[in-house]
Amino acid sequence: MSDWGKVRLHVVTGKGGTGKSTVASALALALATRGKNVLLCEVEGRQGIARMFDVDPLPYQERRLTTGLPDADGGRGVVHALHIDAESALLEYLSMYYRLGRAGKALDRFGVIEFATTIAPGVRDVLLTGKVYEAVQRNSRNKGAIEYDAVVLDAPPTGRITQFLNVSNELAGLAKVGPIKSQSDTMMTLFRSPRTAVHLVTVLEEMPVQETADGITELRAARLPVGGVVVNQVRPRDLTDEQLSAARAGTLDRTRIEQDLTDGGLEVGPGLVDGLLAEAADHAERRALEDSQRDLVAALDVPSYELPRMAGGIDLGGLYELAGLLREQGMA
Amino acid sequence: MARSSTQRPSRVGPATAPGRRAGALDVDALLDDPTTGIIVCCGSGGVGKTTTSAALALRAAERGRKVVVLTIDPARRLAQSMGIEELDNTPRPVTGVEGTGSLDAMMLDMKRTFDEVVLSQASPEKAQQILANPFYIALSSSFAGTQEYMAMEKLGQIHRDAQASGTYDLIVVDTPPSRSALDFLDAPERLSSFLDGRFVRLLLVPAKGPAKLMTAGLGLITNALTKVLGAQFLKDLQTFVTALDTVFGGFRQRAQQTYSLLKADGTAFLVVAAPEPDALREAEYFVERLSEDDMPLAGLVVNRASPDPGGELSADEAMTAAERLRRTDPASLTAGLLRLHADRVRMVQRERALRDRFATAHPQVATAVVPALAGDVHDLHGLRTVGALLGQTVAGS
Repeated sequence: MSDWGKVRLHVVTGKGGTGKSTVASALALALATRGKNVLLCEVEGRQGIARMFDVDPLPYQERRLTTGLPDADGGRGVVHALHIDAESALLEYLSMYYRLGRAGKALDRFGVIEFATTIAPGVRDVLLTGKVYEAVQRNSRNKGAIEYDAVVLDAPPTGRITQFLNVSNELAGLAKVGPIKSQSDTMMTLFRSPRTAVHLVTVLEEMPVQETADGITELRAARLPVGGVVVNQVRPRDLTDEQLSAARAGTLDRTRIEQDLTDGGLEVGPGLVDGLLAEAADHAERRALEDSQRDLVAALDVPSYELPRMAGGIDLGGLYELAGLLREQGMA
Repeated sequence: MARSSTQRPSRVGPATAPGRRAGALDVDALLDDPTTGIIVCCGSGGVGKTTTSAALALRAAERGRKVVVLTIDPARRLAQSMGIEELDNTPRPVTGVEGTGSLDAMMLDMKRTFDEVVLSQASPEKAQQILANPFYIALSSSFAGTQEYMAMEKLGQIHRDAQASGTYDLIVVDTPPSRSALDFLDAPERLSSFLDGRFVRLLLVPAKGPAKLMTAGLGLITNALTKVLGAQFLKDLQTFVTALDTVFGGFRQRAQQTYSLLKADGTAFLVVAAPEPDALREAEYFVERLSEDDMPLAGLVVNRASPDPGGELSADEAMTAAERLRRTDPASLTAGLLRLHADRVRMVQRERALRDRFATAHPQVATAVVPALAGDVHDLHGLRTVGALLGQTVAGS
């Protein structure tokens, strides 16, 4: 069963280089079970979704991306994708709420759109999150629009996530009254509700784990709901704990290994055993560091999920594999 | 002012090995070259830029140079070990540096740097008005690009001071992990063009538009904005823009100066990346953009490379042998070792393929490959280790 059954909006953040876009994509695949519609959004203009799924760059328009990970009976839902950019979101917003036909165009002509989206601080984030909010809040009254069972947001990195979601705070000093202010307050109600979960992606290294802990503290201080921690790129576990400590101590049975290698059909050259032993020692050291970081993640007291490091890189097949692992562990 | 720039579209590392595509980046030659006055490390987030900057600075200092390193957001323990956990925007000497050189370090306080610029450019009264404006407060602390701009501004300041007093002969700059790879180059330009933008100009002369049509258009806009954002918003914005406009000339001139400083011959850009598709793609943007702008690119540093296990045993052979062993003994230690070996060989191959692709597209870029350390770096000893690895890298291929 999913740990996040009530959640409609999954926000996925993480330190740069931890693979947050990969995890967001895998989570979307995992959530798209039979009959479900899932929307995967990106807001940072990198076209990461398009690259990951090997499709043309996404427009500001919802697109059917792919089908979800099949369940035991082969049932699967649909994953849609949306690339949100602030300029388009502002124009859409203006025409939707204010019917600013002519004025909307005039705004563009005077450079206001560019001004508002690149310079006016906070406005950009409000527009980006506003579109996400709209997608989550849809219901049968929105004729013709797809109703999503879950929305997964590939969000800005951990260092910026609280600021990004805390939209009404960002606008506080600037727009004290007016419709934008009240709309950002409504958005905050969703972001702070149990229908939202902010998941943090990390790897088992000191800085990312520290940043994850700091991120959780900040989110909690802003009363934003912390979801799970996804531990990504975990090293392979081909050795037992005893073997690892022997590898660290340099007491692995050399003769035995030589014999095994010959039995396995390999020609045992001069450097082979030395090489393997050195690799084992190095691996054991890194595993020990991973374990100490894993303890810190456990102490964060939020559900955590682990995904392996894929030595050959991540292709579409790899994404489904990761999705399967997330589902197995109950994240979806 | 900096030395005038000669016509060199891009600079290749001094020790370009003949016959090889890109060649190894000779980091020590770069650090030892007395004409190298500024090293700018750029790259996407999470690639070890801060560590690389600090390691380069320490190595240069221990090789006899008078160095200051400007960092953006170092890990807490690293900052502590360098004595810069206090954010006071002033370089502080780092203790424990060996040799005849010296190393100072500072952590950038973006808002403070911005405030200092305003204070130095405007009359005290005007400055206070700007500093108190809500737009200024938001812009100076969260405008995308402000951090980048301020890093460059601080670099300009330190450079001017160093030229005057001779305190430093090498400045190493860590750049912020930009949302866009190009933010730090564009930030000065963006700030200028913001202040120069049509909308801002209109706000400055709201009552007397150049043409009636314009004024009518503006009325439409202000009405729309007032409707959406509330009247206070526009009023604050107008105050802010008017106030900032007074210091605008200064801003623009400084941005231009810093830009020329970056282009000058004493500057060397190092693009930092990790052997991952995204990080290398960002690195490509950097390289292309730097060449387009005629910025002096010294080379690429690829951090966190998986250590090459060496030897002849291929991943497939290792896996076949491992499976054979597992058939008789499912808990076989040797099978585990072989699988680990296969995993590592695959990692190394993938990373090499990624680097090769980069080198094919950018054969002029000298490269230094730094193997991943087992743990994080949080003291001078660790920085020294990274520095040594940087100093003795050979472009892998």
